[in-house]
Amino acid sequence: MKKVYFQSPWLPYLLLLPQLSIVAIFFLWPAAEAVESSFYLEDPFGFGSTFVGLDNFTDTVTSSDYGRVARFTAVFTCSVTFLSLGLALLLAVKADKVLRGASSYKTLLMWVYAVAPPVAGLIGVLLFDQHVGPMVDFFAMFGWQMQIGVNYFDTSFAMITTAVWKQIPVNFIFFLSGLQSVSKSVQEAASIDCRSGFRRFWTVTFPLLAPTGFFLLIINITYAFFDTFGIIDVIVKNEPGNNPVTLVYKVYLDGFRGNDLGGSSAQSVILMAMVFILTIIQFRLIERRVHYT
Amino acid sequence: MKRLQISDHVILLLGVFFMVTPVVLAFLTSTHDALTVYKEGIQFTPGGKFFETYEKVLFEAGGFTKEVDGFVMLKNSMILGFGFAIGKIVISMLAAYAIVYFRFPFATLCFWVIFATLLLPLEVRILPSYEIVQKLGMVNTYSGLIVPLIASATGTFFFRQFFMSVPDELLEAARIDGAGPWKFFKDILVPLSQTMIAAIFIIMFVYGWNQYLWPTLITTDESLFTLVRGIKQILQVWVGAQIPAFNEAMALAILAIVPPVLIVVVFQSWFVKGLVESDK
Repeated sequence: MKKVYFQSPWLPYLLLLPQLSIVAIFFLWPAAEAVESSFYLEDPFGFGSTFVGLDNFTDTVTSSDYGRVARFTAVFTCSVTFLSLGLALLLAVKADKVLRGASSYKTLLMWVYAVAPPVAGLIGVLLFDQHVGPMVDFFAMFGWQMQIGVNYFDTSFAMITTAVWKQIPVNFIFFLSGLQSVSKSVQEAASIDCRSGFRRFWTVTFPLLAPTGFFLLIINITYAFFDTFGIIDVIVKNEPGNNPVTLVYKVYLDGFRGNDLGGSSAQSVILMAMVFILTIIQFRLIERRVHYT
Repeated sequence: MKRLQISDHVILLLGVFFMVTPVVLAFLTSTHDALTVYKEGIQFTPGGKFFETYEKVLFEAGGFTKEVDGFVMLKNSMILGFGFAIGKIVISMLAAYAIVYFRFPFATLCFWVIFATLLLPLEVRILPSYEIVQKLGMVNTYSGLIVPLIASATGTFFFRQFFMSVPDELLEAARIDGAGPWKFFKDILVPLSQTMIAAIFIIMFVYGWNQYLWPTLITTDESLFTLVRGIKQILQVWVGAQIPAFNEAMALAILAIVPPVLIVVVFQSWFVKGLVESDK
């Protein structure tokens, strides 16, 4: 809010009306319904529902299927986050260093940002296809017979590779802009004090990049949780049975395919709590960034 | 020093190779005919069937109902991308203007209600959102496709940050000259925000174009399919056929990739600025 402002009894409400009505209808209402139906057992044919307290939650958390999916989600999230952050950091450091062709590298490394996750998944499916995929031929040279869609591990591998490929550009852009804002005088002082480029990176540049890195960590976890839905949906096709899926995908499966509204809502509420925590952390980071810059 | 530079370039080139190759292979494959791809696998060289394949996917009806062609899907993607980006910018600029430049009762409450939307992505409240859109009779309409996506406050947050950085003196000067709230908004604030609007437009367009889960639920009528929404159908119909038409599937994938990539590459500096600033 500003020190100088307009005063009007109705204009601000009029300006806020479109946004507030959309938020109320398409955000508050559904969020409230999700919380509400997580406490009810709904009849799949629509004949009323019974209040079951926390049963949906206990059923969800204790089911072996949920545990398996949660474990895969954890492995998937960690792999995607660390691989894409690591590779992007390496590329950003190199792109910041080279003199020739820096802007071409930059463009070539970031345009994949605009590729939709399911489209990335489709290309992944074809590259890892049993009959036509060159990746299968490539790994066969090392004696690894890939069977995407059949073998649990191979399918996870294809998913993680595709998800990392899709996420590198965002991390690259942020790391590069972070690197470019490291002041020249700091870099010069460091290069006088220390000859080893590697050590200089770890002791000077890397700590200066830490805020960006933390922020990206949250962004990447959120990405691996939610935005990979398209990739997973395309890669598992219509046979999620024995294939690896993430928690968000399970919410969709149970709700829309399994017709288990209560269970699906309970899972939604658990996810909401997780996202809530992540967002609070993110906001605290933003506050700190605004403070010190 | 010389050797270091070379190793840097090698790493960067490997990175570029990793990022670019999948899409290049997809494109090369789309320029062959279906039988070649089926027999010999993904193609590494350009073939002579570029025009045939793209003409076929653009203008020949396919899918389950044989009613929708690539051109219709391209049009729907455009409607979703532009509709979402423009709607979001207009609505969030107005809301941010009210929040930053006015004092009124319940201002703080409005602020928190709007920013609460940042806490929960659409994916976690997908089922109830679908039910509500269904109750409102908005399934299989463009408005049902676009409006619920606008609910998230990312744009409002972004414009709020920007308006806060506009110096107070501008408003003081404008008020001395007798400008009212509307005139100040139209003649001073909007022109000042031009770069910001462009940056956010690019990001929102790409975001809208690439939506998948929501369109999958809301549009069951194939004439409303976007290219990205159609991917699953592409996989089932084209790739699941007797002789899978990988070339056509890849051609549709390329069609879904090219417009957003072009926008990002052409307006690269605005895009990078918007991305880095808005996510702060």
